[in-house]
Amino acid sequence: MNSASARRIVPDAIARQPWEMVIPLVLLTAFGGLVLYSAGGGAMQPFAASHFLRFAVFSLMAAIIAAVPRNVVRAVTYPGYLTVLLLLLAVEVVGAVGGGSQRWLELGPVRIQPSELMKPAVVLAMARFYETLPLGMVGTWRSLVPAGMLIVLPMGLVLMQPDLGTSVAIAFGGVVVMFLAGLPLWWFMLAGGAALGAAPLVYFFALHDYQRARVTTFLDPESDPLGAGYHIAQSKIAIGSGGIFGKGFNNGTQSHLNYLPEPHTDFVFATMAEEWGLAGGLFVLLMYGLILRWGMKVAAQSQDRFSALLAAGATATIFFYIAINLLMVMGMAPAKGIPLPWMSHGGSSMMTNMICIGLLMMVNRWNQRAPRRGLASR
Amino acid sequence: MRLPFLSDGSLRSGRVINASILRATFDRRAVLIGGVQGGIGALLALRMGYLAIAENEKYRLESESNRVNLTLIPPRRGWILDRNGAPLASNRADFRVDLIPERMHNAAATIDRLGELLALEPTRIADIKDKVSTSRGFTPVEVASGLNYEQFAALSVRLPDLPGVVPQRGFSRFYPTASSVGHLIGYVGPASAEEYEKDPNPILITPGYKIGKDGLEKQFEKGLRGVPGARRVEVTASGRIVRDLETREDIQGAPVRLTIDGPLQDYAARRIGLESGSVVVMDCRTGDLLCMASMPSFDPNSFSDGIGSVEYAMLRDDERVPLRNKVLKGLYPPGSTVKPMVSMALLEQGIDPHEQVHCGGGLRVGNRVFGCWNRRGHGAVDMARGIYQSCDVYFYTMAQRVGMDPIAAMARRCGMGEEFHLPVTSQFYGTVPDPAWKMKKWGREWQTFDTVNATIGQGYMLSSPLQLAVMASRLATGRHVMPRLTLDAKPKGFDSIDFPSEHVEFVRQAMSDVVNGPGTAGRARLPIKDVQIAGKTGTAQVVSLSISNGRTGPWKYRDHGLFIFFAPFDNPRYAGAVVIEHGGGSGAAYPIARDVTTFLFDPAKGMEALTALEKQWGGTAQQRLEGRYATYAAERGAAVRRPPRRDEEIFDRVEAEARVAATQTEAIAEDVITPRSEANPSATPPATPSAPTPAPASPEQLPAQATAQPEVSG
Repeated sequence: MNSASARRIVPDAIARQPWEMVIPLVLLTAFGGLVLYSAGGGAMQPFAASHFLRFAVFSLMAAIIAAVPRNVVRAVTYPGYLTVLLLLLAVEVVGAVGGGSQRWLELGPVRIQPSELMKPAVVLAMARFYETLPLGMVGTWRSLVPAGMLIVLPMGLVLMQPDLGTSVAIAFGGVVVMFLAGLPLWWFMLAGGAALGAAPLVYFFALHDYQRARVTTFLDPESDPLGAGYHIAQSKIAIGSGGIFGKGFNNGTQSHLNYLPEPHTDFVFATMAEEWGLAGGLFVLLMYGLILRWGMKVAAQSQDRFSALLAAGATATIFFYIAINLLMVMGMAPAKGIPLPWMSHGGSSMMTNMICIGLLMMVNRWNQRAPRRGLASR
Repeated sequence: MRLPFLSDGSLRSGRVINASILRATFDRRAVLIGGVQGGIGALLALRMGYLAIAENEKYRLESESNRVNLTLIPPRRGWILDRNGAPLASNRADFRVDLIPERMHNAAATIDRLGELLALEPTRIADIKDKVSTSRGFTPVEVASGLNYEQFAALSVRLPDLPGVVPQRGFSRFYPTASSVGHLIGYVGPASAEEYEKDPNPILITPGYKIGKDGLEKQFEKGLRGVPGARRVEVTASGRIVRDLETREDIQGAPVRLTIDGPLQDYAARRIGLESGSVVVMDCRTGDLLCMASMPSFDPNSFSDGIGSVEYAMLRDDERVPLRNKVLKGLYPPGSTVKPMVSMALLEQGIDPHEQVHCGGGLRVGNRVFGCWNRRGHGAVDMARGIYQSCDVYFYTMAQRVGMDPIAAMARRCGMGEEFHLPVTSQFYGTVPDPAWKMKKWGREWQTFDTVNATIGQGYMLSSPLQLAVMASRLATGRHVMPRLTLDAKPKGFDSIDFPSEHVEFVRQAMSDVVNGPGTAGRARLPIKDVQIAGKTGTAQVVSLSISNGRTGPWKYRDHGLFIFFAPFDNPRYAGAVVIEHGGGSGAAYPIARDVTTFLFDPAKGMEALTALEKQWGGTAQQRLEGRYATYAAERGAAVRRPPRRDEEIFDRVEAEARVAATQTEAIAEDVITPRSEANPSATPPATPSAPTPAPASPEQLPAQATAQPEVSG
């Protein structure tokens, strides 16, 4: 929070805003727009303009979310979760009827990707579940099974689309909430061990060929330099060739000459790094760090279990996007269709992340209204 | 319901779970999660620093090699020039299309589409398909060159649908006189896979790059090649060129300056006409080879994109072997053209040239009679008359006296059996038989008839047209003239004197009399005042008398016609030899020598004679070749076998056949040759260009003329 003197000069309504998050977020989005301007061949169209427009629209949405009272949130959480779950089911049905897999629903002019909405919805539902779970039951199967169902159901539906990346993102948000809810530590260790053991089985029996190719390529990038490994190899070339200060704005050859696949979505960081170098990369990492630190701070300052779990889960969801995308473009994770928040061109991820930001701002507002009680902190 | 394995966890260490414990757990675990996030952030920062700093150099290089595409520009080949600097082989700017088989997805469909766009003939399309299927992926296959701009543009816009197709602007080899220089210059073609393996230079598999495959093109390959240029262009991932970055021009190969006189070479080649033969002309004051024409020939321009199957079949089926360079690889019994040389040997052995021998139409040695070509006999014959009347009996008699060895030694000194130091891919050097040679080769004793045969240039004696021309030069000058083919080679042999000048004078006069006196080649007189040609006729029998009379019947059994000459006779400047395979006698050869020499001294007059002849023949040699190709393709185009994949196989086959052909006369060497009449003894100078002699004179005509001969000489 700002100092007392600052609060006197600046109107309270403005000083109340979470500037330590808003400023990095705006800088990051603006920088993302700049990179998209270059990726669009040095023009606002087709990427940069819509990027800014979406940010404006979703900022408004975040502001609206931030204003929702606690009771309303508690009331709509489960119905909301159920609605999104039904939408996911509808995607499957439409896909089956239409003959082919798809990930979105056409609702009039709007194209909705329910799997994206599911990420904040799971976090909300989980937070609500652990808020209502009697404290004594934490550590019993009753704390695990319903929550597990809340995660597994959407995961299964998303996996059927098939979209491994998003289903893992959903699971990640949910598991982080479970972890913070105080479930026994050894459960997570056991699950981790089981996951490691099951990995080969999943690899050989559950994955699609193209997914398997991504994993193989990740483990041995040289195995197919012109096929699946091409994307990551070109991304590393883009990042590595940028050096410390980059090749200069609009001078990236990897992106401009189409060597970099999807320079405006999945590999936007590589596009940026080629032109802005390590300096640009560290700036981006710093902005993300500030945003995530603010998110964790909001969680830590929350006065009740629901707010705390919700804030931490929303932060984890944002973090998951950032981490997987950056690990991927730097050749440390298999290639997946996970965009980079506020930099990649694309509405769905922008929406998800802005919903998370909105939820965090909401919790932050609650925290300011009623600061955490000293008693609970001890 | 309580699952037993969960009960332990639910009541961890028996503590009661309350809100503050959970809050503390939350705080601890939130710190942990924050730590993990920070850790991953640090990991990412480190990783990025590693990529951007430690590996920056590597990735910058890779990014550059992505972005920049280096294409080699095939160097322009050095020109091959004649002695006056006129090109015999030059380069022509053109548009061309090549295929790179390994880049093609559907070869057959792509080639069909190309055939449609470029309006290629079906046989050509079949050839290309054949080549693509047998080639090794990386070696380019030429589709067409010499395209016009519209075709080139039409192709260029369709490139995205035609993977593996490479249209480009470049230079192609051009031989202005086409088939006239085919054997001499050779031709160029794309490097074969074997050649690339031997010399894995990337320029060799650059589309449009050609190397010398035969003749001088192959011989001077190193110098002609030049240094390739390079073009650096910025390309997109899909290969589209964004812009040129830098271009290094190619360095053209160094030209080769030949001693050949281009117009003369062309003239001689055309003058051979419908016959199969060769003309060699030398400057006997320098040894310069002015002309080495061998016909019929192939068009080196059409070979540069590979030898087409129809074209190859046509050339192969031709019994006049258009693929054989007859100047170097045709071996013929020299016939009576050796008589001036034998005379030199006799003079050297101290035979008095004025000593007379009586020729009664034959010479009896022991119980055998060796006939003279003139059955009636020449009467009293001295050496000069022996030459200009080509009296066989005179030489039989004298050769019996001196023996074979001095004659064989003289033959070698005159260049027979000699391999010359010339930049040619290969040359045959023939045979000068002597007793030692015969014993070694055949294990048989030298017989009287061997000497008899050898003195009239028959039997085992074989020489190439080039050797005959050298012999003419050496006889004419008395010097050991060495032929040279490039202007940068030093004239050689002029410091060594082969013959005393009085011997030279004598032989010159006798050889002049062959043409200008009462000799056997009266029709060879030049239609030019002040310039007199000297020469010696020769008619070489190839099969025994029982098979053919040498003048009619199947072409391949007819006699070879030969003529060696020099001019002007008293101060020789040019010397040469004309050999017409199966021409039916020397009458086929010396009119050609006459016209070629005429052209040397008076090009307009020479041309006039040729134009008249070509009207009868149906066009120039090149026009007739093209006409024959069209007819052949129309008749048998569909049913040809494909040519050998490698040009070397063709060369080997041609060479092997040439060797076999050279042994044709061995069959009759083991017996006495009954000499053929020395064709046209009429001493009437040709007022008008004589009638062409593609067909030999009728058999009735010749004895009649022979009868008239003694009167003239008397």
